[in-house]
Amino acid sequence: MHKIPFRAGGFAPQPLPLVGALTLIGLLLLWQAGASLGWISTRFLSDPLAILRALWILLVSGELWSHLSASLVRLAWGWLAGTMAGLAVGLLLGLFSLARAAGMAVVSALFPVPKIALVPLFIIWFGIGEGSKVITLAFGVFFPTVINVLAGVDGVPRNLIRMAQSFGLSRWAILLKIILPGALPSVLAGFRITSSTAIILLVAAEMIGAEHGIGAFVLSAGNLYDTDNLLAGIAVLSVLGLAVAWIIGWLERKLLAWR
Amino acid sequence: MTARSAVTLSVEAVSHAYPSLPVLDGITLTIPAGQVTVLVGPSGCGKSTLLAILGGMLHPSAGQVRMAGPVAAECLNPLTYVFQDFALLPWRSVAGNISLVLEGSRLSRAARQARIAEVLALTGLAPFAAAWPKQLSGGMRQRLGIARALAVRPAVLLMDEPLSALDAQTRALLLEEFSDLIARSGVTTVYVTHTLSEAVRLGQQIVVLSRRPGRIREIVRLDRPLTGRRAADPDLLATEAHLWDLIRADAADADRELDHA
Repeated sequence: MHKIPFRAGGFAPQPLPLVGALTLIGLLLLWQAGASLGWISTRFLSDPLAILRALWILLVSGELWSHLSASLVRLAWGWLAGTMAGLAVGLLLGLFSLARAAGMAVVSALFPVPKIALVPLFIIWFGIGEGSKVITLAFGVFFPTVINVLAGVDGVPRNLIRMAQSFGLSRWAILLKIILPGALPSVLAGFRITSSTAIILLVAAEMIGAEHGIGAFVLSAGNLYDTDNLLAGIAVLSVLGLAVAWIIGWLERKLLAWR
Repeated sequence: MTARSAVTLSVEAVSHAYPSLPVLDGITLTIPAGQVTVLVGPSGCGKSTLLAILGGMLHPSAGQVRMAGPVAAECLNPLTYVFQDFALLPWRSVAGNISLVLEGSRLSRAARQARIAEVLALTGLAPFAAAWPKQLSGGMRQRLGIARALAVRPAVLLMDEPLSALDAQTRALLLEEFSDLIARSGVTTVYVTHTLSEAVRLGQQIVVLSRRPGRIREIVRLDRPLTGRRAADPDLLATEAHLWDLIRADAADADRELDHA
């Protein structure tokens, strides 16, 4: 006779909320120690305290805000324009067979083009100013939005649409009350993708031709071998990405509480 | 509740075929007003197809269905379904799911609220009015399905295997409740099931379909009132045995058939 051994352990990830924060703090401390002890050349990689100092100077001088506000305006316009157009086109493709047949060919052909390759073309068309940057962002946001909206519309359970038809709901009511809310999870998942795409394109577009903006700031710091400011700019981008992700997470919790 | 429904459906030589697959063949049938007609038959005999045709959700390949009799003024959707899979909107609360089918109507806001409150009370859902569907048990979800259907005061209630997604105990409970609700509302009802015990508990006219393509094999009448029918009633058990005799060979054949759909 012996006790039956337990065999079903593992393969069940546990949430360990403190570990993530402690890991980040640990890495920063190691980095700082490495720099202070001379193991890391601060010429090539500034230490965390120097980056914080640079950030502070940028903040009090107002320079940070002048770059960040230029970037945020471009990000907001580009993302909104691409999202609005993507929502409209995605819905058209999702709802109408003719639009889908015609539109999918165009979307499939243009989606794989790296949008950054189009920046020179957009500069020719719209000039070196804000227009070409906003259009680049919008273009990059547009295609993933179309595809996510289309997938969302397709993913709305047919039985719910048939139920609505059987109760005599109008086509308009079915669109507003069944299809749009049903597609919302997929649309919000698309926002996660497009917001990070937009930040990548923002920085790239600002590096090609801008005086203000975080991308331009990082590029010019690099040209001056100013790694303190360079990394300060990258830290700002990291915080921006986190903030956007947090906003989308908050939206999901608010709008998708029913899931 | 509503007055007894006076609406009759006439099924006239209805046949239906999906591409290269005939499912219904020459169905002629009267669905009498204010009574429960049950459609039974082996798997794939076209019961649900016939129900979809009755409610205008499927265009038959041949034949037609006519509706006769006055529809009450308070009726918002004469032909109303209760679905096997409930078909509830997960993003609307219990009350919101009922509200959905009243929102486009001519009813005032107060009248809509009154109807919602009435059907919630009728189905025992009043305490859950603000809950999400995901929080409800299967039985409560189907109670919501019937509450939503009753809210439009249907002339004909079309129920597509409403209990088959539920466990046996919940089925037994809901069968009693549905029987009571239907008897009290007096709505003309068509009830599709493959469970013969449900057929004899609810059916006043039981239509037995043959295997695919479905033809009417026999129509069994059970005149005893719905209220007072008990599961162990010898007459009902005898009818159930008779139904099984009619279906058994077809069910065995249907079970051995390859899927051509």
